[in-house]
Amino acid sequence: MEKPQAAVSMRNIVKTFGKGVYANRDVDLDIYHGEILSLLGENGSGKTTLMNMLSGIYYPDEGEIFINSKPVSINSPKDAYELGIGMVHQHFKLVDVLTAAENIVLGLDGALDLNKAKEKIREICARYGFEVDPDKKIYSMSVSEKQTVEIVKVLYRGADILILDEPTAVLTPQETKKLFEIMRNMKKDGKALVIITHKLAEVMEISDRVAILRQGKYVGTLITKNTSPKEMTDMMVGRKVELGIERPEPIDPKLRLRISNLSVTDAEGIQKLKNINLDIYSGEILGIAGISGCGQKELLESVAGLQKVDSGSIIYYDDDGTEKELVGMDPVKIKELGVALSFVPEDRLGMGLVGDMDLSDNMMLRSFRDGKGVFTDRKSPHERAEKIVKQLHVDTPGIETPVRKLSGGNIQKVLVGRELYLRPSVLMTAYVVRGLDINSSYTIYDLIVFQKLSGTAVIFVGEDLDVLLQISDRVCVLCDGQVNGILDGRKAEKSEVGLLMTSLAENHESVSEPAYAKTGSDPEKEGGN
Amino acid sequence: MEKKIRVPLFHLAKREELSKKKKFIIRIIAIVAALLLCALLTALATGINPLEVYGSLVGGAFGSVRKTWITLQDLSILLLISVALTPAFTMKFWNIGGEGQVLVGGLATAACMILLENKIPSVLIMLVSFIAAVLAGALWGLIPAVCKAKWNTNETLMTLMMNYIATQLVSFFVIIWEVPKGSGKIGIINQNSHDGWMVQLFGSKYMLCIVVSAVVTVFMYIYLNYSKHGYEIQVVGQSINTAKYVGINISKVIIRTMLLSGALCGLAGMLLVGSINHTITTTIAGGQGFTAVMVSWMAKFNPFTMIPCAFLIVFMNRGAGEIATNFGLNPSFADIMTGIILFFIIGCEFFINYSIKFRKMSGGRS
Repeated sequence: MEKPQAAVSMRNIVKTFGKGVYANRDVDLDIYHGEILSLLGENGSGKTTLMNMLSGIYYPDEGEIFINSKPVSINSPKDAYELGIGMVHQHFKLVDVLTAAENIVLGLDGALDLNKAKEKIREICARYGFEVDPDKKIYSMSVSEKQTVEIVKVLYRGADILILDEPTAVLTPQETKKLFEIMRNMKKDGKALVIITHKLAEVMEISDRVAILRQGKYVGTLITKNTSPKEMTDMMVGRKVELGIERPEPIDPKLRLRISNLSVTDAEGIQKLKNINLDIYSGEILGIAGISGCGQKELLESVAGLQKVDSGSIIYYDDDGTEKELVGMDPVKIKELGVALSFVPEDRLGMGLVGDMDLSDNMMLRSFRDGKGVFTDRKSPHERAEKIVKQLHVDTPGIETPVRKLSGGNIQKVLVGRELYLRPSVLMTAYVVRGLDINSSYTIYDLIVFQKLSGTAVIFVGEDLDVLLQISDRVCVLCDGQVNGILDGRKAEKSEVGLLMTSLAENHESVSEPAYAKTGSDPEKEGGN
Repeated sequence: MEKKIRVPLFHLAKREELSKKKKFIIRIIAIVAALLLCALLTALATGINPLEVYGSLVGGAFGSVRKTWITLQDLSILLLISVALTPAFTMKFWNIGGEGQVLVGGLATAACMILLENKIPSVLIMLVSFIAAVLAGALWGLIPAVCKAKWNTNETLMTLMMNYIATQLVSFFVIIWEVPKGSGKIGIINQNSHDGWMVQLFGSKYMLCIVVSAVVTVFMYIYLNYSKHGYEIQVVGQSINTAKYVGINISKVIIRTMLLSGALCGLAGMLLVGSINHTITTTIAGGQGFTAVMVSWMAKFNPFTMIPCAFLIVFMNRGAGEIATNFGLNPSFADIMTGIILFFIIGCEFFINYSIKFRKMSGGRS
């Protein structure tokens, strides 16, 4: 196989953070023009660190970097740009109040000629198929538009080696498709592309080669078309991994939560939920599917007592059949009612945890009010944190480490661990494995299935339909704030769910549900649409 | 396009958490370096032997028993205000209205002393002025807190503006109560009866401030770190969404915390008027409401760390006057030195967080 000279060669790269913490260790990597290379590895395996050294954010402790076979030293992002390397970070670095064009030229030397810049931006867009309005302000853009601006910014600076750090994590399937189209155009144009991603399906779809890192070390490179997700996973994890999710039949399902005619309007006055009718049973996993922003967040937050509800009711049924209305309650009152409700929100560090607090203090979030007196109990949260670290194999330097210093998977383990510790009778999770590597994802799935077996009613909001259909007993599809169908998770087809996600069904006759959900007719449900 | 390879002479790397001892050493080095630079500057700019200048700095602060007591008293007031602002800062509520809260506390005390003289026993006046000062300070904290909680107003602006209202209120009452008429000053209140003058502890008129400030500092440390309230304040300060998620009533926490912050500032005002000055002027707080902001930040909101921070500033202030008289230097010269020292102390945080890695000479290429 004849290869042109490598666009980038990294040799024996070592980067440490503090004493003995190797982010990268003897990493060798080649990137060629006209190809898309996937960089694969578990959380904390050093993918981002490696790329940050290429883009001038970090400087390697040891090793050499060659660009087009010439040794270089990249001391700053500016050096990287001069060498034609551009990186699109996971967290966008844009100024909200400026327009797309202003953001793109920001920081460039030379005279500022916005009109000329816009001309060039349009040229780039036309060439690769971007859709960007140069005059649009960043704050009024969607996530995918912001990402486009970031990519155009990099291209504008003449980059021909592009690094995309988990670009699809924030995109809908449609947006991802568009991005991949653009990436292929760039590849045809001779650019060298590196994509960091966790989604193996995407790796298979988009990349030519896959380079795999494990615990900071370079494991090997595979030709994508000659490999399989299974092989990649095994290399990533370093041992054989079973990629199956168990789905035992619900044991003794009983009505746990009945949501009737629930309507919610958000702060901007947009109706987010319209007449939702939904029953959730103990011992089952109810999957919630839907394109992003179609009401999942509001649904969960309404149940959790965080969302102001316009109308409707949410009744919780105790084991002995006592009914408890949750609408109008806040999390504290719900707890006082004796309802053990756990909620793993989408925004882990911004909502579920406090990033600057250590593990023990984060455990306290749920329990700090417990006990009499004005002082908090510090001992039991500490013990709980230790237990969770041990049981869920949380990789952390210690209990006193601020959680934001942990990797994504470990942060999620802390959060899920804390919520499960409450022995919930209702567990709600939103995008619980987003950004997590395979191994952590399956650990989390196992935990959720285990909860189900212990009789918890689980509401599982997910974005990966494959997983959703593997784990859920029933799948509720939301579309535009309405229940657009409830399907049997064991029988439903992906295409069927996809269709329900995007277009409102005329009637709900086609709804198929497992037997336990049909027992006991409820008049409210029929009036639902 | 040929670019010469150049390995940088040094690059920065984030450090792991340093041990307490190492941190301490870095800070000491910073202070020594600052003193050396100050010495150099003194010698070059004034031609005076810097050691003599340092000597008189120390002399200004500790030159006599009385001077030492006054230094400690000044320290206790600045510390008290710094500690008072801290719960608000921990909550990320930028209370820069300490000045105003201190002033209204002082004004309330002065009002009690003036209006109640010879009407009720002195002890009762003390008690009433204590309550009045604390309530006045709390009120001054409450107003911006309620506005923030209800309408999400900008607390920085609000608390700042409340300072001006307090200053003008004091000017207004100074004219009403001025003694003698037309002087525009109140003078010493109850000079003969000493009614409402705060008690002396352990036979010293300086002790009250010191004891109050020490008690409040310890209280605040425990309150912030071990109480449920303190925990709520930290959560609200770190992440509003997380606070909502766990059902913390954010408005309630903001209001409660600002009541406390304002009340403690009011207490400082009471000490300034009732125990130290026995009069009230618009400048009685002397900008300490703002200096305290710096002290609180420098100490990273740890009440105990505030003691050395406040001490440094008080020490330099006290020394400034001494330098001015001894060497005929402008008191601003001491301010320059304070500035240099603070710059070094804050700047050394960089070396605590980052290490500088130098190019290896054995790299094979240079």
